[in-house]
Amino acid sequence: MLTNFGKYLLFIQSLLSRGEAPKILFNRTIDEAILIGINSIVIVAIVSTFIGAVTCVQISYNLTNALIPRSTIGFMVREMTLLELAPTITSIVLAGKVGSNIAGGLGTMKITEQVDALEVMGINSASYLVLPKIMAAVFVFPMLVIIAMFLSIGGGFVAGALSGEITPQEYITGIRGDFVPYNILFALIKSVVFAYLISSISSFQGYKTEGGALEVGEASTKAVTNSVIAILIADFVLAQLLL
Amino acid sequence: MIEIHNIHKSFGGKKVLDGVSGVFETGKTNLLLGASGTGKSVLLKCIVGLIKPDIGSVTFDGTYYTNNKLDIRQEIRRKIGMLFQGSALFDSMNVEENVEFPLRMLTQMSKSERMDRVNFCLSRVGLENANMKMPSELSGGMKKRVGIARAIAPNCTYLFCDEPNSGLDPQTAITIDELIKEITEEYNITTIIVTHDMNSVIEIGDKIMFLYQGKKLWEGNSEEIMDTDIKELNDFIFANRLMRDAKKVEDERVEEERMEEERNEGNS
Repeated sequence: MLTNFGKYLLFIQSLLSRGEAPKILFNRTIDEAILIGINSIVIVAIVSTFIGAVTCVQISYNLTNALIPRSTIGFMVREMTLLELAPTITSIVLAGKVGSNIAGGLGTMKITEQVDALEVMGINSASYLVLPKIMAAVFVFPMLVIIAMFLSIGGGFVAGALSGEITPQEYITGIRGDFVPYNILFALIKSVVFAYLISSISSFQGYKTEGGALEVGEASTKAVTNSVIAILIADFVLAQLLL
Repeated sequence: MIEIHNIHKSFGGKKVLDGVSGVFETGKTNLLLGASGTGKSVLLKCIVGLIKPDIGSVTFDGTYYTNNKLDIRQEIRRKIGMLFQGSALFDSMNVEENVEFPLRMLTQMSKSERMDRVNFCLSRVGLENANMKMPSELSGGMKKRVGIARAIAPNCTYLFCDEPNSGLDPQTAITIDELIKEITEEYNITTIIVTHDMNSVIEIGDKIMFLYQGKKLWEGNSEEIMDTDIKELNDFIFANRLMRDAKKVEDERVEEERMEEERNEGNS
């Protein structure tokens, strides 16, 4: 494990040595941002909307004390969404989608000698292929998380209203109460850290693939599992440090 | 001209290359010949710098390459074109973009200049109307042609081909071999081809290096290779029936000519 971590650090170092021209890097980053961002919006929208809805219904189910105002449901949906559900669950979903895509794509390029073809041309393949993915992920993930925040809170609103557990007015009162703007900053910091972890770990797993199709599959699996573990550890560390 | 000196390479204690030295001449198709697992591809990758040899050195036209400064190695790499065994075309790009890629990355050419060069290279390999096709839409032979076009696009000085005709039918294989030889002579480049195909040896082998268990066992040209006494090389060459029959016919012809000459001498 320690050896792998050392290799990961060397891999990250190799990204920054003899990089490509800024124009090429910029264009590649935009391409990757479109791939990562646009292609992930639907899944992020579906997951976050339903998570907001389920959160609202479950809080309502547990909140049986008549002394607690119903608007607390809206407040709790908002707090859970901002602090945990939007950044963390979205990132875990993206680890599955984006992480496996990155590892599978790079792994295939590696075993079909496309990476060697870049190296033979004198191009730093790690920098050319991986750095734009990391930069794009760091740029796009916070946007996806912001979308997830809105949709999750919206999902709670719709679920509450449709199920009759909470009136729209109570819900709005709840989500507007005791708002701490720092929580949004905290969520965005988390999303940037998670974006870096997912994209770099998945790239590392894909880039070190050797063998054939079986190994590409293994790399994708490792990319997702390692990314998810890293997200959960980072989630705890960031909560301890920043809250 | 490319010179290699005393190349050694081991993987996990298994010796793959054991002191290989040689010279690959400019304007000639130099073949690395040998059975599977003898270290041909590893030697090729050591020469281009994809694998670092444990011991030994590679020199490109007098410039030391193996452990030289990064910028000097980069400069040499930009003169290298390589055709990979599986063509290694970029899946996400069409044919035109694949051939344009090294020009975009390595040169200061304008878009129109790049397109002119791309079209020239594609026509040179006989793929005039394939610009917009994706690699997945191409046959094995077409992929190899695109690979060659991409390799020669930036006016490479050194061309490396790793089993260029593997997986191709005999007719297409010969076409690819002839194309590589034509390009080598036309642009006077140094070409090294890894192969185990005897057809390639006979058709285009200006200079052949035979590798056996990681060592250079023999060196010569396509005419000399038929008359060697080296058992391992003969076992390799005459492994298939066609070559054995051809050898038999040739030996019989030589014997008949010798007897004819003896008869003529006896009569006179």
